[in-house]
Amino acid sequence: MAASTRDVLIRTGATTLAAAADFGNFWRFAGRTFRWLSVTLGSSRMWRLVIPECMEIGVRSLPVILITGSFVGMVLAVQAIEQFRAVGLEEQMGAVVNLSVVRELGPVLAGVMIAGRIGGALTAELGTMNVTEQIDALRSMGTDPIRYLVVPRFLACFLLTPILTLYCDLMGSLGGWFVSVGLSDVDSGPYWEFTRDAVDAFDLVSGLFKSFFFGGAIALISCFKGFHCRPGAEGVGQACTEAFVASFVSILVLDFFLAVFLQAVSNYVYGFRPLL
Amino acid sequence: MAEVRAQVQRDSGRAAVETAQIELRGVSKRFGSLEVLKQLSLRLERGKTTVVIGESGTGKSVLLKHIVVLLRPDEGEVYYRGERIDHLSEMELVRYRQRFGFLFQMGALFDSLTVAENVAFPLHEHTNKSSREIDAIVTEKLSMVGLDGLQSKRPAQISGGQRKRVALARAIALDPEVVLYDEPTTGLDPVRADVINELIRRLQRRIGVTGVVVTHDMTSAYKVGDRIVMLDKGRIIADGPPDDFRTTDDPRVRRFVDGRASPEDLSALDE
Ligand SMILES: Nc1ncnc2c1ncn2[C@@H]1O[C@H](COP(=O)(O)OP(=O)(O)OP(=O)(O)O)[C@@H](O)[C@H]1O
Ligand SMILES: [Mg+2]
Repeated sequence: MAASTRDVLIRTGATTLAAAADFGNFWRFAGRTFRWLSVTLGSSRMWRLVIPECMEIGVRSLPVILITGSFVGMVLAVQAIEQFRAVGLEEQMGAVVNLSVVRELGPVLAGVMIAGRIGGALTAELGTMNVTEQIDALRSMGTDPIRYLVVPRFLACFLLTPILTLYCDLMGSLGGWFVSVGLSDVDSGPYWEFTRDAVDAFDLVSGLFKSFFFGGAIALISCFKGFHCRPGAEGVGQACTEAFVASFVSILVLDFFLAVFLQAVSNYVYGFRPLL
Repeated sequence: MAEVRAQVQRDSGRAAVETAQIELRGVSKRFGSLEVLKQLSLRLERGKTTVVIGESGTGKSVLLKHIVVLLRPDEGEVYYRGERIDHLSEMELVRYRQRFGFLFQMGALFDSLTVAENVAFPLHEHTNKSSREIDAIVTEKLSMVGLDGLQSKRPAQISGGQRKRVALARAIALDPEVVLYDEPTTGLDPVRADVINELIRRLQRRIGVTGVVVTHDMTSAYKVGDRIVMLDKGRIIADGPPDDFRTTDDPRVRRFVDGRASPEDLSALDE
């Protein structure tokens, strides 16, 4: 009994230490990425590496982002329309759907989809390079793998996540409109008027502001997991799963803190804003 | 007279220090509970080819990685021409690593790049040559390993032996002072293997490249080595010119050189 308690304590301690070390390593990795980023931001050679990554990240995720966005908007409208009709407020559907999409659902769901689509691919690519010693080969040739591999992928993800989020927002908005106006006979004119009154530029910008953080977090976490994956195909697969879970959780955690921060900014600038 | 002798001694002392291109002093390395290198010391003379042999899993590749500080020793030091390098940062190591060529055991070609781009990679990174000059060097290096014409193929489209040779072409692209070959002839047919052996010898004779060749192939070891070092369980158990290995009485070395398994090795097969 005493021995097994001790065993449990020892294992808990070891796990905690490993997790703490991992966390520390992650921030060292992030620090090195930012240092290289600041050094190479002006170099055309680095930007030449960013462009193919943008193709990969942007073009490859666009379809899935468009689908996600439109269904989110449609589901939201389907769920809300009855309640709104019951109290005779169906013309205000636009305000609610579009505000939710632009502020919360667009950025978060686009982030989650990018974490799955791109994060997984980044981890698998870098993990394979790690396992097949390609990262060691870079180092042996005097090329810093963080500069050559991580910085371009980070930049591409950081810059493209907001753009993909915009597409997600657009499709969400159209999806909500399609269900409300197309299927449920809400008047199109008032639908958009209420939307215009409710959705401020601030809401759009705050959603995009968040998505920069999501994109950066996805890139850093996925690259870090790829760089530190265990040998073998199994190691790569495991790293991909870990990267997705960690990206997903960090999107939610970041979203919470950014929402608190942005709410404070909104209160400071506009005061209280009634939704309806 | 005494002064002159002291001077001579000092000079020869310095010469001895200088000719060591690479020196490992008391290097130990462990991975978790696995002790791979144990207090290993090794001096590699400039312009000589040293062959490292030893059973699979004794730490030969780990030893090579310590020479370019891809792995850092837990204990002990690594010197390049008398300068300690094992504690330098990755940034500071760039200067040294440019003088090395490293042929990885599995090739480690970048699979997102073509063969030509792989060979050109270190040239783009560390020189200001024009793309025409780089193309010429790529062609030259690829023909040295007998693969001119494969420039636009991807690593996935060529055979294992070809990949190894492309990796060799990449390792020598910058005309390094030191080339570390991790099993250069493994996976090649005997004729190709001989061509690679000849290449290693010529790089040494003509350009004065210092070589470290890890191999299991004794034909290759005798052909390219000025000196052979045998590693066993992280320690050096034999060290000398190839002729010593041909005539050695040490049973462990004898078995490896002749490729004969000991009764213990075979016991697992007998039921
Ligand atoms: N990065 C690493 N992490 C953990 N263990 C490692 C690592 N690199 C090597 N090892 C272990 O160190 C030992 C020596 O490996 P090494 O690759 O040097 O063997 P080797 O002598 O080159 O064998 P072979 O002739 O088969 O290539 C092996 O048991 C290996 O599992
Ligand atoms: Mg090896």
